[in-house]
Amino acid sequence: MKTKAILESSASNCHPASVPDYLPLDDLRKLQLQRLRAVVERSWENVEHFRARMDERGLVPEDIRSLEDISKLSFTVKSDLRDTYPFGLFASPMKDVVRLHASSGTTGKPIVVAYTQEDIDVWTSVVVRCLAGSGLHRGDIIQVAYGYGLFTGGLGAHYGAEGLGATVVPTSGGNADRQIMLMKDFGVTAICCTPTYFLHLIDRAAELGVDFKELPLRAGVFGAEPWTDSMRRHIETHSGIEAFDIYGLSEIIGPGVGCECRRHQGLHIFEDHFYPEIIDPETGEPLPDGSEGELVLTTLSKQAMPMIRYRTRDITSLLTGRCDCGRTMRRIGRIGRRSDDMLIIRGVNVFPSQVETVLLQIEGTLPNYQIVLTREQGLDQMEVQVEVTPNMFNDKIGALQGLQSKIQAALDHVLGIRVHV
Amino acid sequence: MKIQQLSLFVENKPGHLTAPALLLAREGVDIRALYLADTEQFGIVRLIVSDLQKAMELLQANGFVARITEVLAVEVPDRPGGLADVLGALDGSGLNIEYMYAFPYLCGGKAILIFRFNDPDAAIAQLQKAGVNVVAGDELLK
Repeated sequence: MKTKAILESSASNCHPASVPDYLPLDDLRKLQLQRLRAVVERSWENVEHFRARMDERGLVPEDIRSLEDISKLSFTVKSDLRDTYPFGLFASPMKDVVRLHASSGTTGKPIVVAYTQEDIDVWTSVVVRCLAGSGLHRGDIIQVAYGYGLFTGGLGAHYGAEGLGATVVPTSGGNADRQIMLMKDFGVTAICCTPTYFLHLIDRAAELGVDFKELPLRAGVFGAEPWTDSMRRHIETHSGIEAFDIYGLSEIIGPGVGCECRRHQGLHIFEDHFYPEIIDPETGEPLPDGSEGELVLTTLSKQAMPMIRYRTRDITSLLTGRCDCGRTMRRIGRIGRRSDDMLIIRGVNVFPSQVETVLLQIEGTLPNYQIVLTREQGLDQMEVQVEVTPNMFNDKIGALQGLQSKIQAALDHVLGIRVHV
Repeated sequence: MKIQQLSLFVENKPGHLTAPALLLAREGVDIRALYLADTEQFGIVRLIVSDLQKAMELLQANGFVARITEVLAVEVPDRPGGLADVLGALDGSGLNIEYMYAFPYLCGGKAILIFRFNDPDAAIAQLQKAGVNVVAGDELLK
């Protein structure tokens, strides 16, 4: 009965997957508590690391009796994933894991995440909700220009766009000329990629004599890196599309943790699956809605690799008040900065400590180095300037150039992106 | 027999050559020969100086990256074909010339070329066998 009423009261083309977006708050909170207790129980039963953390605090799953009790639990941080590489945080046996993804960690080894079939279905449904909230539907032709592979961006957007019932063009990243040709020839109506890559496409298209404003392209769902309102205005002015900010991280699920609706007043977090908290990054104390702090997320339905109170290092706030779109899912403000030193270059996470590790391995001792970041033609560029020390200095030009190439190759390999040395 | 050459690392940017040049000038170090090898981003300045020890200490104390490389000063007939004759003496020896440059002054009326060989000792032997004169440092810098 309730579902029908919701469907009738909300916007005319509400996709069935979007129904939970409008859950009455009482129902939502009851659902969240039920799922929280289940995920704590599941993690306690199956994940040694998590059980040990609870034991340290003298906690058992029964101690979680209200949503506020979540603050009794320890945080999970990125190094926990690194330390348990590769499969130490899994709560499901491998035979139930149908997908593995990986993203960069602070040292050479990646962060591994896992999905059961149900997890994939949940992931698909939240991305459907993102795209539906952006006004997309069956009949749209959606180009997915996020990288396909271990990175969660490409496949996440793909499954969501397909789940929506749209026509998917899986171009992955790169080859701008071909992307533009297909956008034109296929009559693409929406694109999913990083905002800076889209800026690059706009510029390249202009060089090729293609004006995005004249194409059927009407929406872009951009994420994997922070971007400003001025960048949004630039994108919208030069392409004639409506630009949407999508949020996600592999540790939680991938893209689809949250997304802007057509009101563009913050990003709705799909909190029936991802319970958000804002904490003081220094003290770890939870802060009330409206205060700025570090976003912490708890997965309420993930099976293979649940995350309890994961510190995202992203600084934002949970907005108070109800969005005009009618969704009861709380919104976060757009992410502007991080509380650690991670860089995002062309959508890829890069840590200065990775550069250090490479230099240490090649040189034996760590020379002074600088990371110089610029933006050329809309794309992030990273240059690593390495000081030549007396030890490194060789009278042969070829040897120094060889060293330069060696560092370059090692950095490309470890970071996963091309940098200048 | 081997000459001590000073190799200095410099960034390929305006002004980066001036600083070491001024430094050496201030302390009275005389540059007798110079060869600047370049890439897009950096260069190596190879110097034969009047007081190597002083030059090395000065440069290193002032944060420059320098090292000493052994090169040979080879007497070459100052006429067309002089170089070709010397290179002919090296034929079949397997020796590799990494770089070379001219010494600006005549030594005993003869032209001098500075050679950097991959194996300086073997080069000395090979050249002397062919009757080519390798000039010692003190003779060169007189």
